[in-house]
Amino acid sequence: MQAAKIWAVALLLGLAGLPSPALAAGGGEGLMQQANNDLENVNSLQRGARNFMNYCVGCHSMQYVRYNRLATDLGLSEEQLRDNLIFGVDKINAYVTTAMTREQATSWFSAVPPDLSLTSRSRGVDWIYTYLKSFYLDNSRTFGVNNKMLEGSSMPHVLWELQGLQTAVYRDEAVMEDSGKESMVKVFDHFTLDEEGSMNPKEFDGFVRDTVNFMDYVGEPVKIKRQKIGMMVLGFLLVLAVLAYALKVEYWKDIH
Amino acid sequence: MSDNPATVGGGRIERLGQWVDDRLGFSGFWKAHVSEYYAPKNFNIWYYFGSLALVVLVLQLVTGILLTMNYKPSAAEAFSSVEYIMRDVNWGWFIRYMHSTGASAFFVVIYLHMFRALLYGSYRKPRELLWIIGMFIYLVLMAEAFMGYLLPWGQMSYWGAQVIVSLFGAIPVIGEGLSEWIRGDYFISDITLNRFFAFHVIALPLVLLLLVVVHLGALHQVGSNNPDGIEIKKLKGSDGIPLDGIPFHPYYTVKDFFGTVVFFIIFFLVVFFAPEMGGMFLEHANFEPADRLKTPEHIAPVWYFTPFYAILRALPEKLMGVIAMGGAIGLLFALPWLDRSPVKSMRYRSVISKVMLGLFVISFLALGYLGLMPVTDFYTLLSRIFTGFYFLFLITMPWWSRMGSHKNEPERVTYASR
Repeated sequence: MQAAKIWAVALLLGLAGLPSPALAAGGGEGLMQQANNDLENVNSLQRGARNFMNYCVGCHSMQYVRYNRLATDLGLSEEQLRDNLIFGVDKINAYVTTAMTREQATSWFSAVPPDLSLTSRSRGVDWIYTYLKSFYLDNSRTFGVNNKMLEGSSMPHVLWELQGLQTAVYRDEAVMEDSGKESMVKVFDHFTLDEEGSMNPKEFDGFVRDTVNFMDYVGEPVKIKRQKIGMMVLGFLLVLAVLAYALKVEYWKDIH
Repeated sequence: MSDNPATVGGGRIERLGQWVDDRLGFSGFWKAHVSEYYAPKNFNIWYYFGSLALVVLVLQLVTGILLTMNYKPSAAEAFSSVEYIMRDVNWGWFIRYMHSTGASAFFVVIYLHMFRALLYGSYRKPRELLWIIGMFIYLVLMAEAFMGYLLPWGQMSYWGAQVIVSLFGAIPVIGEGLSEWIRGDYFISDITLNRFFAFHVIALPLVLLLLVVVHLGALHQVGSNNPDGIEIKKLKGSDGIPLDGIPFHPYYTVKDFFGTVVFFIIFFLVVFFAPEMGGMFLEHANFEPADRLKTPEHIAPVWYFTPFYAILRALPEKLMGVIAMGGAIGLLFALPWLDRSPVKSMRYRSVISKVMLGLFVISFLALGYLGLMPVTDFYTLLSRIFTGFYFLFLITMPWWSRMGSHKNEPERVTYASR
C-alpha cells in the first residue's frame, strides 16, 4: 500500500515535471533578456497601449481585440479612450486593426506585418522585449537596419528616434570544425550606441517593457482575473476535500 | 405540505416511483450495478483512475458541447472563433481551458488506469475482454484527441495533422490514395477540418460512450480485480456475498467523491494557473494561425502521443516506423495471453517481473520525452534503445513472466482498517 502510494506520487510528479521544448524562437539564442513585466501594473499597461497606438498600429493589427475591452480592463473612460487611443475609428467596440492594406504592406515591406494579438503567447514576452531592443545598423538591408533576434526581418527600426541607432560589435572565437581543425568565427558580442535617441537606455527599456506588458495583456486579457478566480476555486476545493475525506472516513468506519 | 410529509407527499411520490419502476426496472439496475455491486474492500490509490476517467469524460462532453456553440469549423473562421471564445464569450476562456486541459487529463488518467492493470494483472483471466474493450477505448480516445487537435487551426494543429495523416502514405500501394481519402483533399484543408469536426463532436464520442458502457458491463460481469490479484468471489459468506466485498455504494461512491475532489484540485491548478503547461498542453506555435506555406521549425505532437512518435522516428525507414508504431499499440491487445505469471499481482510476483515492469515504465516515459525533442544522433540512439526494450518487454513476456520465484497469494485480501 505504502509502496503503491510512493509509486503513484513519483509517476505523477514525473509526468508533470517533464521539461518542455524551448519557445519557438527565430534565432537569437543566448541573447534573450527578461522582460520582467507586471500585468497588475495598470499604469504600465496604459502606457503600453499608448505606445502601441502611436508606434505599432500603423502597420500591425490586433484583430481579436476590441477598443472598448481596453477601456474596461485598463481602467479608462470612453472619453479617455477616444481622446488618446482611438485614431480614425468611429465604433468604440471595433477591433484594433491597422489602416494599412495588404497590398500596401506587400509593396512597401514585401511582407504583411503579423497580427500582434497573440505574439506574446507564440513567441513569449522575453522574445518580444529582446527583439525590440535588438535592431542594429546594417547597410545591406532596405531600411538600413537588421535585427539580432530575427535576422533578415523586414521591419524597420520604428523606435529609432527613442532608442537611437546601435551597431553590432563582434568578437573572434575559435571553433573546432568536424575535421578537427580550429578556425576563427565572428560571434556577436554586444551593441554600441552610435547615435543617441531622445531616451536614455534605461528610459527606453521602460518604454519597451510597458509595450511588451500591454502585448502580454492582449495575448490573454483574462490572465489576472483567471488567477484570482483560481485562488477562490482552489480554496473551495480544499475545504471540500477535507469534508469529503471526513465523510469517507465516517462511512468506512464499519469496514474491518 | 402536511405535518408529516414523509407519509403524505412522500407516499404519493413513492407510489409514482413504484409505478415507473414496475415499467423500467431501475431499482434492479441500481442494485445490480451500484448498491449491491460488491467490490473488493482493499482498493488503493490506483483504483481511483477508473472513476476519474468517467469524470473527465463527462467534463469533456459538457465543455465540448458548450464550445461547439461558438466554434466555427471552417478554415477561414476556426482560429478566429477560438479567439472569440477566449475573449468575447462569457466564461469562454474557462470552458476552453477546461476542455484543453481535460484532453491531457484524460490521457494522464487513462495511462495511470492502464498501468494499474499492468501492476495487478487486471487483464488476466477472466478479464481479457475487459482489457481488450479498454484498449479499444484507448484507440478511439487517441483518434478523438488527434482530430480535436486540428480544430483550433493553429500551426501545430495543421502541421501535426499533416505529419500524422501522411503516415498512412507509407503503406505500400494504397497509401497515397488512403491519405487522400482521409484528408478529402490533396493537403489538409477546409474539407479535412470539417470532417474532423464531424468525427470529433459526434461520431467518435458516440463510439466512446458505447464502449465505456460495454467496458463497465464487462467489469460488472466478472467483478473487479484488486491489489492482491485474488478473486473475492471465491470466498462467499452464507448470504452469498463475497467476504471481502463491500457494496460499491456508499463505500466507493464516497471514496471516489474524495478522489474526484483531489483530482479537481490538481486539474484546476492547471486550468487557472498554467493552462498552457509550459507549451505541453497548448503548444506555443498553436497561437499562430495555420499557414500552409510556412512549416514550423520543430513539429512535435502533444505529449500523450510522443512515446509512439519516438518509436516511429527511431526506425530508419518510414514504413518500418509506421509498422513499429502500430505494433507498439497492437501488442498491448495481446497482454492477457503474453503474461504467464503464476500470480496476478506485482505484490507477489518475482523480482524479475518487478524489474521488467519498472524498466518498461522508464522506457515509456523516456520515449515520451524523446518524442518531444528535436532529432539528434544521440536522441535517436536513445530512442532505439528504449524502443528495443519496449518490444523486448512485450515479446519476451511469456518467458520472463514465468521466471524467478513468486510469493504465494493470500487467501483473503490485505486490508488494514484504521
